[in-house]
Amino acid sequence: MTTSSPALSNRRFIRSSTGYMRRQVVNRVMLSLTGVLTALALLPLFWIIGYVFIKGSQSLSLDFFTKLPTPLGIPGGGVLHAIEGTVVLTILAGLFAIPPGVLAAFYVAGHPNTPLGVAVRFGTDVLAGVPSIVVGLFGYALVVKNQGHYSALAGGIALAIIMLPTIVRTTEEMLKLVPHTLREGSLALGAPEWKTSLSVTLQAAANGILTGFLLGLARASGETAPLLFTALGNEHFEVVRLVQGGLRNGQNLGAILVNLVEQPADSLPLTMWKYAQQPYAERIQQSWAVALVLMLFVLLINILVRVWSHARTSRMQGG
Amino acid sequence: MKTYLKHQRPNPLLARVQRVFRHGDLPWDWLIALMAGVVILLVLGIGLLLWTTSANARAKFGLSFVLPTPDASWDPISDKFQAWPFIYGTLLTSIVAIALAVPISLGIAVFLAELCPARLRQPLSWMIELLAAIPSVIYGLWGIFVFLPKVVAPFGDFLGVTLGNLPGLSVLFRGPIPESGASRLAASLILTIMIIPTIAAVSRDVFLAIPRAQREASLALGATQWETIWQVLIPYGLSGILGAAILGLGRALGETMAVTMVIGNSIEGSLSLLRPGYTMSSIIANEFAEAVTQLHSEALIEIGLVLFALTLVLNLIARLLVWSVARRTPQEARA
Repeated sequence: MTTSSPALSNRRFIRSSTGYMRRQVVNRVMLSLTGVLTALALLPLFWIIGYVFIKGSQSLSLDFFTKLPTPLGIPGGGVLHAIEGTVVLTILAGLFAIPPGVLAAFYVAGHPNTPLGVAVRFGTDVLAGVPSIVVGLFGYALVVKNQGHYSALAGGIALAIIMLPTIVRTTEEMLKLVPHTLREGSLALGAPEWKTSLSVTLQAAANGILTGFLLGLARASGETAPLLFTALGNEHFEVVRLVQGGLRNGQNLGAILVNLVEQPADSLPLTMWKYAQQPYAERIQQSWAVALVLMLFVLLINILVRVWSHARTSRMQGG
Repeated sequence: MKTYLKHQRPNPLLARVQRVFRHGDLPWDWLIALMAGVVILLVLGIGLLLWTTSANARAKFGLSFVLPTPDASWDPISDKFQAWPFIYGTLLTSIVAIALAVPISLGIAVFLAELCPARLRQPLSWMIELLAAIPSVIYGLWGIFVFLPKVVAPFGDFLGVTLGNLPGLSVLFRGPIPESGASRLAASLILTIMIIPTIAAVSRDVFLAIPRAQREASLALGATQWETIWQVLIPYGLSGILGAAILGLGRALGETMAVTMVIGNSIEGSLSLLRPGYTMSSIIANEFAEAVTQLHSEALIEIGLVLFALTLVLNLIARLLVWSVARRTPQEARA
């Protein structure tokens, strides 16, 4: 009776409506399979986190965070140079990426349908898809080749390009969430557009934008490929020593900072990569410890940001 | 007196400047438009700078640099460079990774969007996304010391004795896999893990954007839930899912550190998945800092240019596909 209905003339439906039991079994099997696949995909996550935790925690100590590497064969030593390098590189990247990123997001949020607005959104997506190693080559060709030496500056610029899309996108999303009435209130009081943008819209969206910075920082601090031929690595990178040396020579603060960013710098992922390739057990052991520090840092930022923004959105939805 | 008069007379130029700059809004507009332009200039600048810095290599090798050549040479000493083995390595590992990752990610997306209890959806999505947050170099380290010896080497041995003896497939699966497990297969499997979060997250959003009426109509006609997913939802969201897959492919093509650490980095003639090889990104990572000659580094930059062009095209296609789905779906019809 049902098979004669024109609405069910689709042959697949007719065929499949014949074996009821078979269809039920297929249904159950395939639906369970999706759950199994989800568990399968999560397996590496727990495997990696657990393994890095066990291996890495074995060689973590206070020295690890406060000492420079010792020559091979001498026990002890740490990765202070890489920690300081990572901090310097991410600060540089933030300085280069955050102001233009936020301003570009203001443009995109305010002019979503102009040709430039569409082009910028497209450009942001494309930039996010550019392989990080290509960004490294770009940093090399742009800075290192012209300056004639590797530097933290070049590494910071490369990392800034990695961060930029994240910052533009999250800032744009957050700016769009700010109610129009808030802006209109400010404009009605006679505040110019730029002042409204900076002291009303930006303030209202500040929390969300901050999460964008943090996610961008987390991503940039784990990147290795853009630094291979820009920051290069530097086992003697030590901020305190550089600053003290500069002060002793009577340099002013600006000159010291310039000197600092002109040095090649190391970073945690870069150190990890180099140590992992060396045939010495102690170096590999330290590589695991660096992995643990890096992983905890990245995971912590990600989890905090998510919990925080989740709490905020559910509060807003709840009224 | 004179000065007072001069002061009273409005200076037309000054007045105009004041009008234009009133409140400082015009400079603000210029500033944000300029910064928006920076994003586009960056994309163009990357392409342009790689293009100009690889000029000598492009002039010397022409198209033969990228064309398939069975006996391609990569010889820094005699300055002869052909990139085909690396392009092959990148394409093979990425395609295998995509072939494995798409079904798994679709399963995850279906589970997250259609089946799992609402309470679990958010935490599970976060966990899948955390997979994307772990730095690539940690995947590499874990790959070298855990994944390769425990999973890839035995699996590769198994593939070698089974598929390696089949007539059609023996080229791809000829063993033996190195004892360490470092091989194109290892790179493919690591890439699979790394691109699953991208594909799963985008496909999940595609499923969530499909109007509820589509599901209800199918279920009302007597289809089971699986038939609804397979015959209604997947065809409906196909272009979005395709976009997700291409996005994942773009990530796989460019992934550097993890691949460099597990692929074995060897230039040998074999085309097999079970043998070590190179990808475009891993040859750059390995050789650029120690490039022997000017032409050597230019050849590596040209590989970067090819990689950039590939990912650019893929990203454009993927975004267009995802956008086409988003445009087609009316907002009010969402579940």
